[in-house]
Amino acid sequence: MSALAMGGYGAYVWSSFGLTFVVVIVCILQARSRQARTYRQIETRLRAMESAE
Amino acid sequence: MWTFFHKLASPPHIYRIAAKFVPWFAGLGLALIAYGTIAGLFFAPADYQQKDAFRIIYVHVPAAYLSMLAYSIMAISAGIGLIWRMKLAHAVAAAAAPLGAWFTFLALATGSIWGRPMWGTWWEWGDPRLTSELIMLFLYIGYMALRSAIDDIGKADKASAVLALVGAVNVPIIHFSVEWWSSLHQGPTLIREGGPAIETAMLYPLLANILGFTFLFGALLLMRVRTEVLQRERRSRWVRNMILEEPA
Repeated sequence: MSALAMGGYGAYVWSSFGLTFVVVIVCILQARSRQARTYRQIETRLRAMESAE
Repeated sequence: MWTFFHKLASPPHIYRIAAKFVPWFAGLGLALIAYGTIAGLFFAPADYQQKDAFRIIYVHVPAAYLSMLAYSIMAISAGIGLIWRMKLAHAVAAAAAPLGAWFTFLALATGSIWGRPMWGTWWEWGDPRLTSELIMLFLYIGYMALRSAIDDIGKADKASAVLALVGAVNVPIIHFSVEWWSSLHQGPTLIREGGPAIETAMLYPLLANILGFTFLFGALLLMRVRTEVLQRERRSRWVRNMILEEPA
C-alpha cells in the first residue's frame, strides 16, 4: 500500500490529517454544546419564572 | 435606509438569519474539504524535494491562514465594538477567539510535525515565524482568560477588546516574518511576485481546502455568534417569547 506509506512519510502525513480531523470535530461539538447549554439554562430560568407568576 | 440597517443588525434578526446560513456554509465547506483532501492526498503529484511530506501543506496552510483571519476578525470587531459601542461586534469578537485558538494550535502542531522530517527538529525557538505564531496562541488564551475572569459582560467586552487590539500588531509580524528575518520556515507559496510557485495539480486541492476551511470557519463562527447573542439577550422579550413558545 504505497498510498498509505506516503514514501516513508506516512506517520507525519497521517498524524497531521488525523489531528486536523480531531480539531474540526471538537470545534463542531463545542459550538453545538455551548448553544444547547445556553438555551437550556435560559429555558429553565424562564419556565421557573413563568410558573412562579 | 438606517432603519433597514438597524433591523438587519437587531439581535433577533441576526439570531434567525445566522441559523439559516450555518448549514449552507458547513455543507459547502465540508464538500470543498472532501475534494481538496482526497485530491491532495492521493492525486496531486509528490513534491520533487519534499516528496510525500509536502502533503501536510493541505492542512497546515488553511489552519495557519485561519488562525490569522480569526485574529483579524476578532481585532476589527473588538475595535468596532469599542468605537461605536456595538454589542454585536463584541459578540463576534468573543465568538472568533476560541476558533482562532484552535486553528492556531493546529497550525503549530501540523507545522511541528512537518518540521521534524524536513528540518530535523520539532521546534526551533529562534525562528520568527514559529515564535510569532506561538505568541498569537498566547494572545487568544489571554483574551479568553480575561473575558472569563470578568463577570460583567460590558466590562469584559471593553477590557478584552483592548487586549485584542494591542495584540493585533502581531498579525503582520507573522505574515512578513519569513521575509523580514532569515527563517527556517519556507517563503510564501501562493501570494508572491510572479504568481503561485506550485503546479495546478497541487494548487487546486490547496485552494479548495483553504476555501473549504474558511466556509467551515464561517459556519462555526455563526454558531458561536448565535450563542453569544442568546446569552447577552437572555432577559429580552424576544428571547422570552421565542423560548416559551416552544413546546416544553
